[in-house]
Amino acid sequence: MGFQVFVAFSPWNLLLLLVALECSEASSDLNESTNSTTQHEPNVQFAAASSEPDENIPVFVLDYDYVQIPYEVTLWILLASLAKIGFHLYRRLPGLMPESCLLIIVGALVGAIIFGTDHKSPPVMDSSIYFLYLLPPIVLEGGYFMPTRPFFENIGSILWWAGLGALINAFGIGLSLYLICQIKAFGLSDVNLLQNLLFGSLISAVDPVAVLAVFEEARVNEPLYMMIFGEALLNDGISVVLYNILIAFTKMHKFEDIEPVDILAGCARFVIVGVGGVFFGIIFGFISAFITRFTQNISAIEPLIVFMFSYLSYLVAETLYLSGILAITACAVTMKKYVEENVSQTSYTTIKYFMKMLSSVSETLIFIFMGVSTVGKNHEWNWAFICFTLVLCQVWRAISVFALFYVSNQFRTFPFSIKDQCIIFYSGVRGAGSFSLAFLLPLSLFPRKKMFVTATLVVIYFTVFIQGITIGPLVRYLDVKKTNKKESINEELHIRLMDHLKAGIEDVCGQWSHYQVRDKFKKFDHRYLRKILIRKNLPKSSIVSLYKKLEMKQAIEMVETGILSSTAFSVPQLAQRIQGTKRLSPEDVESMRDLLTHNMYQVRQRTLSYNKYNLKPQTSEKQAKEILIRRQNTLRESMRKGHSLPWGEPAGAKNIRYLSFPYGNPQPASRHRRVAEFTDNDSSDSELPSIMFKEHSQRDLPKETQEIIPMKSLYRGRKPTNFRYQRNTSQEEHVGQGRRAALRPKPLFRAVDEEYESGEESAEEASAIGPGWPPEHRPSREHHKSHSPLLRRK
Amino acid sequence: MGSRSSHAALIPDEDSLRRETGFSQASLLRLYHRFRALDTNKKGYLSRMDLQQIGALAVNPLGDRIIDSFFPDGSLQVDFPDFVRVLAHFRPADDEDAGLRDPREPEPLNSRMNKLRFAFQLYDLDRDGKISRHEMLQVLRLMVGVQVTEEQLESIAERTVQEADEDGDGAVSFLEFAKEEEENGSGRQLVVSTTVCLKTQLPGRFLVMVISVWNYWKLLGIITTTAFIILL
Repeated sequence: MGFQVFVAFSPWNLLLLLVALECSEASSDLNESTNSTTQHEPNVQFAAASSEPDENIPVFVLDYDYVQIPYEVTLWILLASLAKIGFHLYRRLPGLMPESCLLIIVGALVGAIIFGTDHKSPPVMDSSIYFLYLLPPIVLEGGYFMPTRPFFENIGSILWWAGLGALINAFGIGLSLYLICQIKAFGLSDVNLLQNLLFGSLISAVDPVAVLAVFEEARVNEPLYMMIFGEALLNDGISVVLYNILIAFTKMHKFEDIEPVDILAGCARFVIVGVGGVFFGIIFGFISAFITRFTQNISAIEPLIVFMFSYLSYLVAETLYLSGILAITACAVTMKKYVEENVSQTSYTTIKYFMKMLSSVSETLIFIFMGVSTVGKNHEWNWAFICFTLVLCQVWRAISVFALFYVSNQFRTFPFSIKDQCIIFYSGVRGAGSFSLAFLLPLSLFPRKKMFVTATLVVIYFTVFIQGITIGPLVRYLDVKKTNKKESINEELHIRLMDHLKAGIEDVCGQWSHYQVRDKFKKFDHRYLRKILIRKNLPKSSIVSLYKKLEMKQAIEMVETGILSSTAFSVPQLAQRIQGTKRLSPEDVESMRDLLTHNMYQVRQRTLSYNKYNLKPQTSEKQAKEILIRRQNTLRESMRKGHSLPWGEPAGAKNIRYLSFPYGNPQPASRHRRVAEFTDNDSSDSELPSIMFKEHSQRDLPKETQEIIPMKSLYRGRKPTNFRYQRNTSQEEHVGQGRRAALRPKPLFRAVDEEYESGEESAEEASAIGPGWPPEHRPSREHHKSHSPLLRRK
Repeated sequence: MGSRSSHAALIPDEDSLRRETGFSQASLLRLYHRFRALDTNKKGYLSRMDLQQIGALAVNPLGDRIIDSFFPDGSLQVDFPDFVRVLAHFRPADDEDAGLRDPREPEPLNSRMNKLRFAFQLYDLDRDGKISRHEMLQVLRLMVGVQVTEEQLESIAERTVQEADEDGDGAVSFLEFAKEEEENGSGRQLVVSTTVCLKTQLPGRFLVMVISVWNYWKLLGIITTTAFIILL
């Protein structure tokens, strides 16, 4: 399989490899020549054109050593990126194997080159670089993209499984390996208990994120997904804490014996390190959320604040010997919710992409370094140790999964089935974390470090390649009902309808778990935290904040492109055939069904799809947009029909195409303008809509001013019906009477309200008329007004 | 626990409701809490607007239809018993044979037929007992993304009705609908986990357990922890 990958995108790779090869050859030549002439003087500059060094300025200078490290690192990352492009060009490949396979292959390739050219690779990884620069982005990304709600709904099981599971695995593997080492025949008797435990702790750091992509395709159930995600998130932290404590023990053991008190102290330390880390993370999360509250005028530094505070939480925790990983995770989780509402849309996007990018760079580097250290002479192959490690890893994972889930199932309303447990067992893929920890073992304390590294590499390769590739088929095989083929269009449609219905009813019923605890937190959150941390004049629920992110302009574009692209479709012919013959060939039915499968709305998922290596455009958001726009259309239609409002006269035909779906209804132009104008948060963006809508704005303005009086009276008199049409989008929590007023300003739907308000705007007495309308709302609209003078005066 | 029983007394006609819908006491209580949470200004009933406030429902393509199904015959409010009756459709169907049941009793709400009838209602807008081609088209419009053209949708609707229509009247009756569903068994799947059983709020109970244990051992625990810290 690996070979295929390589072949699939060899042209680019080859090119880049050549470059890399050239460079490394050149540099090794340089090194040789410098070595031979100058006797190991570091940083000797090689001046090609100067025979007398000090007199003339050299015309041509080649100084490779100066740029070597960043140069090669850049090349590696580029190579990995190109490989990824190739990987995704071939569409079926990502479904077959996790992306980490590819990175490892690329790494091995680079390693082979470096090895082949006798070139010493740059010291990208040592302990401080790894822990200070490479690890934090990876952890931060995991914490930031964690779906908060499902995580906290399953938090008991996740903590139980991720925390205790890692401990059981670490100690189980360590102790049983120690027993193996006692057998004289294997020649391992010099490996003592502590070293074994340490090895156990590092080998138990699983990285199952790689398999999440596979899960997504197979659509496994949400608790299972969250289990794996939570494990990926917390496992690293726990393993690293354990690792550090054991390292401390080993160091101490070198000089004196370990007493029982020390062991107890170690246990206490474990707890304190973990809890303290989380504590610091939460504090920093709140601080950064609080600071983003005031950044509306310099939104360019918003991403900076997010990143710097996360990193600061990591550093502070590390300074105090607490767990930086848990701190940065907790920080990301805490601030995410508030920061997302505070920052602007562009900063939000920037944060997301930058985070992905940083973590992907870190991981690429680690994997490449892993490849580099795979190829080489620094191995010690001990059959017994390696085989037993491999077997014990699987055995202990199986034991911990089945034992822990047996217990936690007693407490769960919806227990994990045996199938789920098998999948969790099988998803124990080791990754970059284990390797880094093994690689960073201090040689002075671990004389047989090479053997540990080799064993770790074998485990990683085995799990990533064999388990990673086979887990997809396994999931599909276990999940039998997904595999049987749909029979008819009816079925396709009905099943989807039932799914939507189920989801809808579930939403009506609300969430069941953590009901009271969560309710209490919600109350606290509403009463204190939000007031402190979030800017004023913001909608109060998370789904509303989703709408905030939806830009109407985009939506309009989307609708337009949707119409355009669909006209190019070839199925109208099909339709005619149906009319004519009334008999359908199986292929036609097939194509119809495909059409349905691909275009029907997905059932809402609370867990947004997560991919470690890529940010997909969120289809759910897009879908939400579509549905909302459509609903609004039908709403307006019914409104116009039902109540014959004064502005109900149809506008010019040229507007229709903006907001109308294929079966949309004509809209009065003024509303379009308002919608576009309002959602246009960025002043820089306001040009496009003004161009789009300027043709009718001219005509509409006078009409509006004439309508002031009727509108106002209408607004007052119609309050009940008005409310009926307010899709108040609060997230299914109870919304008190008082709060509803605050909830009223909501994007998208405000478009409806805006119409009622349009009179007030020119009369400038909004606060007197709309009692529920928060006054802070005013300035923002003034702001928009001022930014579209073109629109107004044209 | 004490508060639980006192809350339970608040539910009107609890016993008869339990018999009718088959919900357990705990489920009913939870639904009652939910009902009250949805009821924004404690009117004692839910209006359409209350349901429309559920965010996730707003982006559900069938959201309006689902809401409509709570308000039969154009009524404007739904009280708690009616609310529960609608939700009772989504309890898992009982396994017991039909023969064991008293034939005089009405069919339970969560039977397969009633589940199907509920789904059928979502299609059947004019309540004439038939899904016409036009009604099918409307459902398709709700559920299919904008990329599909009207012509395509029409042909699909045409085909869908054709597929299920046996007596050739150009519409799908409930019997035909049920028969169709019989084949693929999707009606049986119409079970919503949220309302199913709710043994208790287990994570919460777990917490309570931990806390009570903690209370007993608090003193000892604090002493040992401080001892550790001092040792460190």
